[in-house]
Amino acid sequence: MALTNEQIKQRLTEKFIDQVTGFEEPYGMLTFEAPKELNLKVLNFLFDDEELKFRFLTDLCGVHYPDAKEKELAVVYHLHNLADNVRIRFKVFTSINKPDVYTATGLFSSANWMERETYDFYGINFVGHPNLKRILNVDEMDYFPMRKQYPLEDQTRVDKDDEMFGRGGTLGYGTEKTDHGTLTESEKHSVGENII
Amino acid sequence: MSEQHIKLPEGSIEKTTTTLNLGPTHPATHGVMQNILELDGERIVSTEQTIGYIHRAFEKIAEHRPLYQITPLTDRLNYCSSPINNMGWHLTCEKLLGVKTPKRVDYLRVIIMELARISDHLICNSIVGVDSGAYTGFLYVMQYRELIYEIYEEVCGSRLTTNIGRIGGFERNFNDIAFQKLQKFLDEYPRVLKEFENLFTRNRIFMERTMGVGAISADRALNYGFTGPNLRAAGVDYDVRVTSPYSSYEDFQFDIPVGTTGDCYDRFLVRNQEMWQSLSILEQAFKKVQEFKGAEADVYHADVPEYYLPEKKDVYTKMEALIWHFKIIMGEIEMPAGEVYSSVEGGNGELGFYFISDGGRTPYRLHFRRPCFIYYQAYEELTKGSMLSDAIIVMSSLNLIAGEMDA
Repeated sequence: MALTNEQIKQRLTEKFIDQVTGFEEPYGMLTFEAPKELNLKVLNFLFDDEELKFRFLTDLCGVHYPDAKEKELAVVYHLHNLADNVRIRFKVFTSINKPDVYTATGLFSSANWMERETYDFYGINFVGHPNLKRILNVDEMDYFPMRKQYPLEDQTRVDKDDEMFGRGGTLGYGTEKTDHGTLTESEKHSVGENII
Repeated sequence: MSEQHIKLPEGSIEKTTTTLNLGPTHPATHGVMQNILELDGERIVSTEQTIGYIHRAFEKIAEHRPLYQITPLTDRLNYCSSPINNMGWHLTCEKLLGVKTPKRVDYLRVIIMELARISDHLICNSIVGVDSGAYTGFLYVMQYRELIYEIYEEVCGSRLTTNIGRIGGFERNFNDIAFQKLQKFLDEYPRVLKEFENLFTRNRIFMERTMGVGAISADRALNYGFTGPNLRAAGVDYDVRVTSPYSSYEDFQFDIPVGTTGDCYDRFLVRNQEMWQSLSILEQAFKKVQEFKGAEADVYHADVPEYYLPEKKDVYTKMEALIWHFKIIMGEIEMPAGEVYSSVEGGNGELGFYFISDGGRTPYRLHFRRPCFIYYQAYEELTKGSMLSDAIIVMSSLNLIAGEMDA
């Protein structure tokens, strides 16, 4: 008999009573959350339970919600029961000041790099991880770039030295000295017009 | 000579093993990634992988872009099969927005995706051949990858980074040339694939180079998050096209080939078999597409004016179309709030998109589940104790694509 979301929910509430909360089914995928201290207990239970058998970690990633007090960072696990073909989503939240979450590497070897990636982008400290260091960004980076307070570079900024690509610059291509001195921005345009 | 000239790292005289830097720009890595191998003679003691050399912060960029501008980013993940990434992204958006695509669109998408799968497997398998010393196969099949690229070109205008399709369908209908080229491919390719197989499958040198090399058990493979041909070579019949069908894959008859040992040879065989299955799907899809007659044969997108760009002549003549055109191009369409995970069977495994929308105009968070980022972790386990030359073959037979790994 195929496993239904209702059964999973029931098994989880039997085991963890009111610790596992926030049951939802956005687009058919059962989603729930638990306190971050319990993440390994929940993952272990989902893995070992004879009915649930969520033994494949599809995905692990972080999310930043700057407005949620004491729950700024989330770790999202996507788990898959391959026997019954059911997917679930499990979230834990942590405060940004003390972003410690237990590592799932003991359970899933695949979690190793995914947790490193999450650390790299969000600074979530996976307690017990065998090799928690940056993976995609340079080691010298001193901030966590996917957090919402870091904006993407402004496409219109002018302080960068890239006049080769036609955007202003310090070397002053196009503003060369003429007999009459340096052309100002408005003169450059008017010169073109006169020739035409 | 003073001893200041050569400064050896501490402990390097006493050391009995050799450190070898393979990559990041070594020709045998087939991509920008680094492997630091610790060798005892020619045996590998340990490896350490360094990736991120072409990290382009796609997830961050995606948070600032309207949906249609994210498609070109997905091109650059697994660039050997860009159309699958594009389709995966469109399907994710369609799931979030609740767009239902017509059957003909689904079948056309299946055609494009299976062509992409063939070109992806073709590259991977022929590169395994190159790394074991057989260059011929690689050059021979390149002609047919070229033909696949020509079909892409007829449909979307580009070849490698395709940006193919739109939310709801395709940017234009397939023209006759595309169908003729597809027919040509279906006629000629089986003979070529057979010949390609003859070159390798029972080739003594190839077999001895690949059998038993880089083997992994089904249990370990699952634990490492393997998906796609690499998992199937270990004996697990997990295929997203079958377990959670998308784009009407449930209308097609095909088998999932599986291996037993999970070594390089099995991975090679599984990919070859999948190409045969893809050919069969292509034939079925082509037949289904030809069954649409008259007005039905002109359907190539769903009717979703909020997300699908109107035709240019309508933009010039109709107010409604002009408004939608402007709103779409300026990225002024608000999406429903929600979170969705959607995945497709990519060239090298389950390519997933985890998309959180807060009801704004750009994704709040977009995470790509990139299969080869996840299974490259197993590289150390796969190569420990084997020879240096095996390490190269394992790397190519895993089908590691730097663009996908680094996102």
